[in-house]
Amino acid sequence: MSAIAFITERYEARSSPVHVADARAKLLGAFGFIIAVTFTAEGAWLALALSAVPLVIVTFAAHLTPMFVVRRSFLALPFVAVALPLIFTRPGETLFTVPLTGWTGSREGIEAVATIMARSWIAVLAAVLLTATTPIVELLRGLRSLGVPRLLVATVSFTYRYFYVIGDEATRMMRARDSRSAALPGYRSGGSIRWRASVLGHMVGSLFVRSLERSERVYAAMQSRGFAGEPRFLDQPSLRPPEAVAAALLVGYAFAVQALAHGWLT
Amino acid sequence: MTRLDETPRIETHNATASAVELVGLSFAYPDGMPALRGIDLRVEPGEKVALLGPNGAGKSTLLLHLNGVFRGQGEVRIFAERLTEANLRLIRAKVGLLFSNPDDQLFSPTVLDDVAYGPLHMGLPREEVLERTRVALEQVGMQGFEDRVPHRLSLGQKKRVAIATVLSMGTPILALDEPSASLSPVARRELIDLLQSLPQTMLISTHDLALARDLLPRTVVLDEGRVVADGATADILEDADLLVAHGLEPLSAHRHQHEGAG
Repeated sequence: MSAIAFITERYEARSSPVHVADARAKLLGAFGFIIAVTFTAEGAWLALALSAVPLVIVTFAAHLTPMFVVRRSFLALPFVAVALPLIFTRPGETLFTVPLTGWTGSREGIEAVATIMARSWIAVLAAVLLTATTPIVELLRGLRSLGVPRLLVATVSFTYRYFYVIGDEATRMMRARDSRSAALPGYRSGGSIRWRASVLGHMVGSLFVRSLERSERVYAAMQSRGFAGEPRFLDQPSLRPPEAVAAALLVGYAFAVQALAHGWLT
Repeated sequence: MTRLDETPRIETHNATASAVELVGLSFAYPDGMPALRGIDLRVEPGEKVALLGPNGAGKSTLLLHLNGVFRGQGEVRIFAERLTEANLRLIRAKVGLLFSNPDDQLFSPTVLDDVAYGPLHMGLPREEVLERTRVALEQVGMQGFEDRVPHRLSLGQKKRVAIATVLSMGTPILALDEPSASLSPVARRELIDLLQSLPQTMLISTHDLALARDLLPRTVVLDEGRVVADGATADILEDADLLVAHGLEPLSAHRHQHEGAG
């Protein structure tokens, strides 16, 4: 399996009730669940813990191991780091001062960042479960039949389709460059860092140009086969009641947790 | 178009050593698909060898081992020197690899930059880099294209520039992967004439049996990662049963056409 495939191939084939469930039910369930979780107030740790319960259940129901799900979720962690400055910008009780800079970290800031990270992580875990149990084609079909704009679905689908092609292209270009990166006895090989960086820059640039040209060829080929803006899928049967109910229960549970934590009901 | 006395200086080597020696070379792709299964092969200095075989026979994979892009099990010796992680870059100054798709090979903003890449990476002085670049472009008949953008060239021109990027390195061995694929008949003929004029040791993977007949006195047939025939090209191309058994089409029709054309 190539590195590219490792990054893009999210589906983990198993035979479980979660895997065979309708993609639309899983999409709606995951989407509603994530929306509910974003309502979690800062410092509402119990609500966060309760929200994570369905994820544990789904993990086991899908015959996946918690380790696998958690490990895969780390891919998204760097994006959460953008919340870190809040530690210093949120006013409140000063807990520590960074030497030399005079920045002060507040208790409220740390709590805010921890909540944002936990919320994001739960959302990522839900997305990991969704993509690990649903083949990409079904996800796209599901998105479309749920009324997601066709341009958006088409963009995702082409990204997925050509990611490999461009990744392979980049691999071959680097191979070709390495093949000409030779050394002679008695000479200092490799050139300057600046020169090597400019070579790399040009490689990235030509990859862009070639991708653009490829997109024009692909579009011409699609038009000549009658493409009018939307990939055609076969009609889908209607949602099966038990799966719709399961999705509704998941979303209902997540919102109930929020309602209790926020005291919406009282 | 070409003058042999202008060929870039080629390093001298132990005259008795084989240019290429493969001993029990095996390789499997990361997904477990075996591509080479115990290849033994010797190529003497100055020999010109065709690698024939169906798609997936292991031809390209074999070529990618000659300069260590792929590292399989077994031994690769270039002029008696065993290829290791430590001498990888030194070996790459001896084996020039031409990739089947010139777009993979050409990544610089101008033809000049691309042909100069190899010599620049070797750390040669500026004058020698320019001299090698000039000679290489002249050898492939692309002088005057120095400032052109590679991806705007025709396929035949790209192929020539790609060959120039390898020639400028002055490698005594050339490993060419399907150099004549999808070229127009004229561009193909020019390519054969060009390769004919080069003195380097050559291993050429190809589906173009006429190219093998016209250019390469020795032929090695690969199939499913093994050497299934190795001999004089004339004899192998006569053996219709062998060719058909390994996904190749005997040449009679081609030859007819070719001789008719002149």
